[in-house]
Amino acid sequence: MPQIEQLATTYSSQVFWLLVFFGIVFFVIGRGMLPKVVSTMDGRDKQIADDLAAAEAARAAADAEEEAWRVQANKQRAEAQAVIAAAKADAAKATDAKLATASARIDETVTAAEARIAAARAAALGEVEGVAAEAAQDIASRLAGLSIPAAEAQAAVKGVLANG
Amino acid sequence: MAEGKVDPVHQFTIETLFGTDHWSIGGYNIAFTNSSLWMAITTVVLLVFVAGGAKRELVPGRWQMAVEGLTGFVDNLLQANIGKAGRKYLPYVFSLFGFILFANMLGLLPLALVGVHPFTATSHFTVTGVLAIMSFAIVLGVGFAKHGFHFFSLFVPHGTPVPMIPIIFPIELISFMVRPFSLGLRLFVAMMAGHVLLEVLSGFVISGTNAGVGTFFLAAVPSFVLMIGICALELLVAGIQAYVFALLTCVYLNDAENLH
Repeated sequence: MPQIEQLATTYSSQVFWLLVFFGIVFFVIGRGMLPKVVSTMDGRDKQIADDLAAAEAARAAADAEEEAWRVQANKQRAEAQAVIAAAKADAAKATDAKLATASARIDETVTAAEARIAAARAAALGEVEGVAAEAAQDIASRLAGLSIPAAEAQAAVKGVLANG
Repeated sequence: MAEGKVDPVHQFTIETLFGTDHWSIGGYNIAFTNSSLWMAITTVVLLVFVAGGAKRELVPGRWQMAVEGLTGFVDNLLQANIGKAGRKYLPYVFSLFGFILFANMLGLLPLALVGVHPFTATSHFTVTGVLAIMSFAIVLGVGFAKHGFHFFSLFVPHGTPVPMIPIIFPIELISFMVRPFSLGLRLFVAMMAGHVLLEVLSGFVISGTNAGVGTFFLAAVPSFVLMIGICALELLVAGIQAYVFALLTCVYLNDAENLH
């Protein structure tokens, strides 16, 4: 086994060159390059974590924004409904007022018309009296040859009509 | 006839390259060997791999994704075993995991097809042993620096009855002291066993094919099929052993960091 046979003659060379080359590996790679690699990895990990946190924050902000928007929308809807209700109430009130004035005017017209009708009837009745008195005078003069004064005839007619 | 004489352990032989035999520091030989060469290749490949992925882009490409995946894997390992304090060990454990993983993988490359013989540095206990001792030394250093002599309470588990302490303490101490050996030997043995097995099977394939039609179908073909499966298994073992080494280092560091 050369490892043992050559031990005495090669051990110093083996140890020396191992220390030289492992030293190079340790100081150049381990101490020189590795910290850069590690810091790159750490930096990347940190950046990813930061980005995730930022995304999470943005999501939370968006959620809050949406919530605020919903509240706002609900409020505005309620306001709109209140405006509509008020308008409806106003319209109903205006309609009532118009109806009231219209019915008052109609009532007035009807009352006036009834008054006119009553007057016309009274006038007509008066005329009927006159005609009846003249007719009674005429009948009495023709049948009995009596000449009855107009005032008497009129009184007689009135009495009959009143009893009528 | 080329007799298929395969020495299964020849692949672990260390050869000096580029005539550097005489290089030495303070009397110790430091020749640049094939083992050193493959450690250098491991270092360069790992360097290129990580450098290619250290682009610091916010949206990673494939390469950056691969490097970050590997880094994140080791980071999670530390987080899971040690907790928040594990971050500071990331450079060391990543270097350990990356170096062992790439050394294991590169040693499995079928480069012999183009005439180059890959060498698995982690199949030498000299190498794995140094890595294990390094991990163990860091555990001891951290433990004593953080807890002082209170670190010895690691060897007395919670709820141990007082009369049992004289017995438990040495047992725990021995199990603790064995850690660097088990850590280093585990990787070395796993790597060596796999490579020897592949070599032995390939020896069967060569000898069986040379010995005639009968042995070709009887020994060579089944061995070859088995080799394909074991190659896949070895790729898995290469990853698992690197993972186990890093994981156990994390577990031991956790003992030092948090006691228990």
